[in-house]
Amino acid sequence: MTVLEAVLLILVAAGGGCVALVRNPLRQAMAASLFGSLLAVLFAVARAPDVALSEIVVGAVALPLMILLALAKIRGGQR
Amino acid sequence: MSIAGRRAAFLAGAAVLVALLTWGFAGLLPGRPAGPTPRVGDLLASASGPDRHVVDPVALVGLDARSLDALVAAFTVVAAVAGTTLVLRARPDEWAGHALDFATGRRVPPTSDAVRVLGLGLTPPTVLFGLYLVTHGQLSPGGGFQGGVVLAAGVLLIYLAGEFEDLHGLYGDRALERGLAAGAGGTVAIGFLGLAAGPAFLANALPLGRTGDVLSGGTIPLLDVVLGLGIAVGFVALLTTFLHQAIVLRPLGARR
Amino acid sequence: MTALGTIVAAWLFAIGLYGVVTSRNLVHLVVSLSVSQASTYVLLLAVGTRAARPGPPARAVDPVLQALASTDVVVAVVIAALLLALVVQVHKRTGSLDPDALRRLPE
Repeated sequence: MTVLEAVLLILVAAGGGCVALVRNPLRQAMAASLFGSLLAVLFAVARAPDVALSEIVVGAVALPLMILLALAKIRGGQR
Repeated sequence: MSIAGRRAAFLAGAAVLVALLTWGFAGLLPGRPAGPTPRVGDLLASASGPDRHVVDPVALVGLDARSLDALVAAFTVVAAVAGTTLVLRARPDEWAGHALDFATGRRVPPTSDAVRVLGLGLTPPTVLFGLYLVTHGQLSPGGGFQGGVVLAAGVLLIYLAGEFEDLHGLYGDRALERGLAAGAGGTVAIGFLGLAAGPAFLANALPLGRTGDVLSGGTIPLLDVVLGLGIAVGFVALLTTFLHQAIVLRPLGARR
Repeated sequence: MTALGTIVAAWLFAIGLYGVVTSRNLVHLVVSLSVSQASTYVLLLAVGTRAARPGPPARAVDPVLQALASTDVVVAVVIAALLLALVVQVHKRTGSLDPDALRRLPE
C-alpha cells in the first residue's frame, strides 16, 4: 500500500466524519462535494478508474446540486 | 428517549458494531480463507481478449458476464426518476411563475460574462468526452454509466452558466420520457436479441469484430450506448425536476 | 490499502449511522445516509485490490468489483434524489424538518 493511498484513506475517513457531523445542511452540501471528490481521487489512485469516473460527476456535482436545490425550495417556503 | 440518551445508546452499540465489522471485513480480504478467490477476476480478465475481443475487462464483466446487473440498474434509475417526478409534481396549491430567487425574493441577477463564457465554453468538451466514454467503454475505462453521467454534467453546465431558461424548457418534455424509456427498454430489447440468437437472455449475440476496434465486443458497445442514453436523460430529468420545483413553482398567495 | 481500507469502511458506516441517528434535520439525514453508502464502495475496493503479481493486470482492482461499484455509485445518487424529493414534500406538508416532530402521519 502506498503512502498516497494511506493518506487518501485517512482523508476520506475525516471527510466522512465532517459530512456526518456538520449540522447545517448548506455547509454539509459543500462538505459532501469535497467528500465526493476525495472518494474519486482515492478510486483513481487505487487503480479503479471506472468507479472514479462515476464518482467524480455524481459525488462532486450532481448530489450537492440536488441538496442545494432542495434547500432553496425549503428556505423559500419558509418566507 | 431524549437526544442524549439516544446518542449514548448508539455510541455503545456502535463501538461493538465497528469492532465486529472490522473483524468481519478483515476475513473478507484476499488471502484469507473466506476471502475472494482471484480466479474469477483473473479468468474474466484473461478471457476478455480472446473470448469477446474487448480490451477492458470491466466492460466485459459489467455488460456481458453480469449484464443482468446493468439491466436492474437501468430500471432502478427509471423507477427513481419516475418516483421523484411524481413526488415533486405541481400540486393544486402551487403555480409556476418566472424564475425567481426564491430565498431572497428578488429576480435572478444576470450572470457575469466570465461565468457564461466559461460554462458555455466547457460544455462542448464535456459532451464530447461523455460521448467518447460511452462509445469506447470496451477499450478503455468508461462505459455507459460513466459516459452517461458526464453527458448529464455537460447539460448541467448550461444551467450553471446562467442559461436557466434553456435547461428549464426541457422540463416535462416528451423527449426525456422517451430517452429514459429507450435506455431501459433498449436493454431489454438487446436481451431478447441474445435470447433469440444465442443461449440466454442478454447473451452476447452480435458478431464480435476485431479487438481494439470501436465496434468490437458484440452487444457490449450497443449496451453502452443504450445505457448511456438512459442514464444521461435520467439525470437531466432529475435535475430539471428539482430546478422546476425550487425556482419556478411557488405556493398560492406568495408575492410575485 | 487493504487493512486500512476495511477500518475506514467500518468507520464510514458507523459515522454515517451516527449522523442519521442524531439528526435534527431531514436533509442532514439524507446526506449522512450517503456517507454510509460510501462505506460500501471503499469496502469493495479494499476487498478487490490484488497484490502485485506478474502478468496482466498487475495490481488493479478486480474487474467484477469495479463493475459492481460503478453501478452502485450511480444508483445510490438516484436514490438520494428520491429521498430529497420526499423531504421537500414533507416540509411542504408539515412545515418542519425535524425527524422527531414527524411522529404521526398527517391527517
